[in-house]
Amino acid sequence: MSILVDKNTKVICQGITGEQGAFHTRQMIAYGTKMVGGVTPGKGGSQMDSVPVFDTVDEARRAAGADASVIYVPAAFAGDAIMEAVDAGIKLVICITEGIPVLDMVKVKRFIAGKPSRLVGPNCPGVITPDECKIGIMPGHIHKKGNIGVVSRSGTLTYEAVDQLTRLGLGQSTCVGIGGDPVNGTNFVDVLELYQKDPDTSAIVMIGEIGGSAEEEAADFIKKNVTKPVVGYIAGATAPKGKRMGHAGAIISGGKGTAEEKMEAMRSAGIRVTNSTAEIGKTMLEALQKV
Amino acid sequence: MNIHEYQAKQILGRYGVAVPKGRIAFTPAEAEEAAKEFLSSGVCVVKAQIHAGGRGKAGGVKLARSREEVSAFTGELLGKALVTHQTGPAGKEVKKVYVEEGCQIVRELYLGIVVDRGTQRAAIMASSEGGVEIEEVAAKTPEKILKEYVDPAVGLIPFQCRKLAFGLGLDKMDKTLVNKAVKFMTGLYNAFINSDCAMLEINPLVVTKNNELIALDAKMAFDDNALFRHKDIEGMRDLDEEDPKEIEASRHGLNYVTLDGSIGCMVNGAGLAMATMDMIKLSGGSPANFLDVGGGANKDQVTAAFKLLMSDPNVKAVLVNIFGGIMRCDIIADGIMAAAKEVGLRVPLIVRLQGTNVEQGRKLLAGSGLNIITAENMDEAAQKAVKAAKG
Repeated sequence: MSILVDKNTKVICQGITGEQGAFHTRQMIAYGTKMVGGVTPGKGGSQMDSVPVFDTVDEARRAAGADASVIYVPAAFAGDAIMEAVDAGIKLVICITEGIPVLDMVKVKRFIAGKPSRLVGPNCPGVITPDECKIGIMPGHIHKKGNIGVVSRSGTLTYEAVDQLTRLGLGQSTCVGIGGDPVNGTNFVDVLELYQKDPDTSAIVMIGEIGGSAEEEAADFIKKNVTKPVVGYIAGATAPKGKRMGHAGAIISGGKGTAEEKMEAMRSAGIRVTNSTAEIGKTMLEALQKV
Repeated sequence: MNIHEYQAKQILGRYGVAVPKGRIAFTPAEAEEAAKEFLSSGVCVVKAQIHAGGRGKAGGVKLARSREEVSAFTGELLGKALVTHQTGPAGKEVKKVYVEEGCQIVRELYLGIVVDRGTQRAAIMASSEGGVEIEEVAAKTPEKILKEYVDPAVGLIPFQCRKLAFGLGLDKMDKTLVNKAVKFMTGLYNAFINSDCAMLEINPLVVTKNNELIALDAKMAFDDNALFRHKDIEGMRDLDEEDPKEIEASRHGLNYVTLDGSIGCMVNGAGLAMATMDMIKLSGGSPANFLDVGGGANKDQVTAAFKLLMSDPNVKAVLVNIFGGIMRCDIIADGIMAAAKEVGLRVPLIVRLQGTNVEQGRKLLAGSGLNIITAENMDEAAQKAVKAAKG
């Protein structure tokens, strides 16, 4: 088992005829993901390689029976694309697009509220269950099937952690990138809850960064609800106040959202926090030996 | 992106938000001319226009009672480096002033709008503690900050504005102030939404002797990701207020932030870039910058990034840390070699490559004839960079 996606997940790609959409659709197919269709308004009826293209998500879902959609639509139109997928009843919507205006996401969140879809992202690497299903832009080959759940706000930093785990022989159940934007879909708490319930996840790596209070909320949730070992890391301990560090959400404003505060909250929740990026894998190995 | 006070007041005026009359001036003569109109009330204000808060305390805001005073104050301010708690010790040079009509202040309040991360909605905040740092108020007396969260499907509703107005005790000063507050806040919210603000702050919002509500100061910051649909606002960008290296970086689609250390960093991905800075600090060094070349950077971007690092005289060593996912390590290696040949390597270069095509990338670097120190993992890379920077 795993969380969110597995070998049976049928996926469509919104923006499939664009450069990014086409490239990553091929990569996902090569990994073994069941890509059942794509959507580009105005290009319905055509094909991208052997994948059928539809004009609307609704059409794609009815014709191809999709469970999940991955979005590579440019930022100006990505909010629209997410809402179209939600309206069509797609259960899992994963938005890779970076740079969506914050107020567009505020509208999107209002639109999703109360509907059965789950949004992951935006501005995230996606979700992967090793050897079964890769939805997103992560390099598949660094992953290995196993029992560690990885959840992170950052892309390449997740690859770094996964690579360390794999080299130490620690495979992953599912890795989820929740993205670096201030207004996003799935949060740490949502993913932690899924990992706690998943019998095939035996330990969790949680990678946060400065800005906001999602890590503090996650720490609180872990304290109350998570019995599996958790290893934590927070990027941005040396970031200055008031400067945005690349991600729209990575900013220490008004003295809030510092790495120290987050690490302290995580430590007091019983999470093994490491200061060193290079020791995420090693810290997990130690945590597992203690169990 | 930030804009000046006078520009923010122009925008707010269009949304029916009450602002004092004012004019921008670049010389003492222009300021004196502008003051003619405003001195009828007896007093006018000369305000330095820089992108930083705390101008009043730093001597950047002066009251003038005559045209001569306006001219003299303007002369004093122009060309002066104003040092506030937000400018850093070097301060910011004043290149223009805003001349505004004076008003008789009875009360100073605070009003601000941001997107609240917790509720993921716009939040309008009001406080009776105007004129002071709102963060201080929030830390010491959080109960003095009133908040209303706005449902984006409905917008700010008049009752929410009235709640804030009654909460501020405006009705006790004058009955008409409640409806004036509704109009003011509604205008403010519309300006926030329609111009894709990241932050909008009126501090202080004042009640005048004539029972008017006026935005005495205004600070507006915009969501960079939404500027594509606001060409008019983009036109208000003042490049004099920004770091030249950050401007150059943004021209190449790179994310760059200047810091004060000695190790230049080039990393792909914002999280990994922050983690690299942290590792340098952990190894006893200090990063000269944050630089994210992005997930899909090409050879030209890598070259531009490299030039940027080399242009910083504080940089004593360069650390390149790339985890090639989609971005292939051989492409990165190509970019580094092209840039090093073009710009010249005046400091030690430490490279750590990992991920897709890592072997080809390493081979290219090894055969390049360049003096490159390689590292396998992040702690090794950071330690080598710190050692190299210390010479």
